[in-house]
Amino acid sequence: MNGYSELDRFLRTDPRDVGCAQATEILHVYAELVAAGEPAGQRHPGIAAHLQACGPCDEDFDGLLAALREETR
Amino acid sequence: MATVNPVVDETPCVANSVDPESAEWLGVLAGTGPQREAALTRLHEMLLRIAQRECRRRGPRLQITGPELEDLAYQAAADALVAITRKLGQFRGESRFTTWAYKFVILEVSGKIGRHFWQNPPVPLDAEDWDKLPDRFGFDPAHQAEWQDLLAALRRAIDTELSPRQRQVFLAIVVNAVPLDALAIELSSNRNAIYKTMFDARRRLRAALAANG
Repeated sequence: MNGYSELDRFLRTDPRDVGCAQATEILHVYAELVAAGEPAGQRHPGIAAHLQACGPCDEDFDGLLAALREETR
Repeated sequence: MATVNPVVDETPCVANSVDPESAEWLGVLAGTGPQREAALTRLHEMLLRIAQRECRRRGPRLQITGPELEDLAYQAAADALVAITRKLGQFRGESRFTTWAYKFVILEVSGKIGRHFWQNPPVPLDAEDWDKLPDRFGFDPAHQAEWQDLLAALRRAIDTELSPRQRQVFLAIVVNAVPLDALAIELSSNRNAIYKTMFDARRRLRAALAANG
């Protein structure tokens, strides 16, 4: 049943998740790594876990990444 | 979360040196006179471009358009510039200065969009719009009996397993689709605290649903 797996996926938590404060603190570092094609998720697994779960922080990350990619165009 | 049981501190070490372009920004912005003014103008232009692009990217989903969106972008760029100049000493060189600066304006856009939600909220904060939940989780109408049982179990768990605060936050975000940033403003809190409340609520609910089959 798709809905159950979606609900379960939503309720699942990752103990590595560092939370919004720490993710925001180094979002610029993480975004630069991603923009450069570096293994950002391996270097900062807690940030990666957080961005998977937190819509607002992930939205900010997307915006920052878009800004960096626009620069290099 | 790792902040409760920290295993790894992912804060980067302070960089030993700053790249030349960033060093130039820092030097000029820390100075005075026409050079500093020119740098501020240039930085503001960059921040405004990013704010405008970010607002265009997010705006359609949030039903903010036209002059209102443009105004939001201008305010975000202006406020970001003030914050950057006030916090210049906090730049640690782990990234380029401009990347660090761009983060400020992205966060300003977020914050202002969060505040904007309450100008025309679709539902009152304390309403409980359970009817929309099946659609939100993609429940198949063909399996209505199963997901109605699941929703009933979820509602019981929300009532019995969560603290009043956790219940309030979970219902607002999940049932009433209040954006997390908007909820943080309404509850005079912050994104991190609301996220942590949701994190704990999710963990408790998942455990309760698993325990009850």
